[in-house]
Amino acid sequence: MKNKSLISINDFNREEHIRILDLAEAFERQPTQQILDEYVVASLFFEPSTRTRLSFESAASRLGARLIGFSEPASTSLQKGESLRDTIRTISNYSDIIIMRHPREGSARFASEVADIPIINAGDGANQHPTQTLLDLYSIRKTQGKLDNLDIVFVGDLKYGRTVHSLVMAFCNYNTTFHLVSPEVLKLPSSVKIHIKDKKLTYHQYTDLNAVIPQADVIYMTRIQRERFSDPLDYEKVKNSYVLHNQMLEDAKPNLRILHPLPRVNEIAIDVDTNPMAYYFTQALNGVFIRQALLASILGVVE
Amino acid sequence: MAKKEIRKELKVSAIENGTVIDHVPSKSVYQVIRILNLLDYDNLLLIGINLDSQKMGKKGIIKVRNKFFKPAEINKIALVAPTATLIVIRDFDVAEKKQVSVPDKVEEIVKCFNPNCITNNEEMPTFFRVINKKEEDLKLRCRYCEKITAKDTMEFF
Ligand SMILES: [Zn+2]
Repeated sequence: MKNKSLISINDFNREEHIRILDLAEAFERQPTQQILDEYVVASLFFEPSTRTRLSFESAASRLGARLIGFSEPASTSLQKGESLRDTIRTISNYSDIIIMRHPREGSARFASEVADIPIINAGDGANQHPTQTLLDLYSIRKTQGKLDNLDIVFVGDLKYGRTVHSLVMAFCNYNTTFHLVSPEVLKLPSSVKIHIKDKKLTYHQYTDLNAVIPQADVIYMTRIQRERFSDPLDYEKVKNSYVLHNQMLEDAKPNLRILHPLPRVNEIAIDVDTNPMAYYFTQALNGVFIRQALLASILGVVE
Repeated sequence: MAKKEIRKELKVSAIENGTVIDHVPSKSVYQVIRILNLLDYDNLLLIGINLDSQKMGKKGIIKVRNKFFKPAEINKIALVAPTATLIVIRDFDVAEKKQVSVPDKVEEIVKCFNPNCITNNEEMPTFFRVINKKEEDLKLRCRYCEKITAKDTMEFF
């Protein structure tokens, strides 16, 4: 994977995903290693995302890399109307790898075409956020012991949620049964369902969460945003139907784990936090190991 | 039948060597000319709109003297003129005749329908993979934002 950009989850094949997960496991055992002390990592956040930025910067720092960059667009030449092409070309002279987050969809792919150093996409608008997907894969493999033949339940905003889209696409490689729980107006788009159909996998769609819980190996919760509804009354009608409470988990399989890309608002009740099935906080920590694995393998310091 | 039709056209304004693009929907003639950059062409260009056609009712026709298109170039027009026939003329005779076909990839000529796509916010060409070639269900996937531009949302530059 040396010098390869990671823009979209499909840029890496199944073997490469597994390789990254294995490497992340090694970094989890030994998170602090001075293997990137000769490298400069540029962290370019054209839109703020403190959580993702700190996770990346923590990963780079633990490996001894030097960091340059910015955390919000106000401090950049973008404000002065510089093109993304020029910004990326300039910064690629100063660093060995670029981590970028940008509000426009496709910006990271474009950056990878104009830069002569590799790019890691830390989110391009509503499009892709592949490091989130890899940390989700890592969390699921760690808790289930495998990635194949799982029943995965996706809950909430399946229409606009890019983490859901990428994770669904990634799990199309693993003989997954998909259970899609959402309000009618927030169903998974057909552009994503195409990938499930291409692999001849099964998906079921529901509007009720309760019925599907007993079959689930993983429940992936996401937030439903009020702004997604043109009629506020429609939001009021559905908002409580997609909240997970502890007593709903009574008939769950013992191996069930609950994931959430965070931040959570109210879609998982606080009483779930102490249930051993709650995994969302550990899931976020796993992001650091995945990002260490990506930096190290793309910069070529590990095989 | 089609052959007879062509002969009739050629009688009116035959070209010795070049290309005839026949069976273009009349409303698409202007787009075809733009896609093929024919407004900048410095040789004879004949354009017919609303000609009678047994096959289509009314049709457009474009004749370009001394111009021979590469398949990749000509297939671009299949997006706006899927019915078009390409006729290569040498010494006033039909040397070759074929239907245009939708290409696997589309560069530059189509706009991504997603307003938040980087291609609509930076000076750069667009690039799409064609994921459904059926005329009524044509679908292009943007290389950048990965969204699908379908026939009903398709705009040309
Ligand atoms: Zn696009």
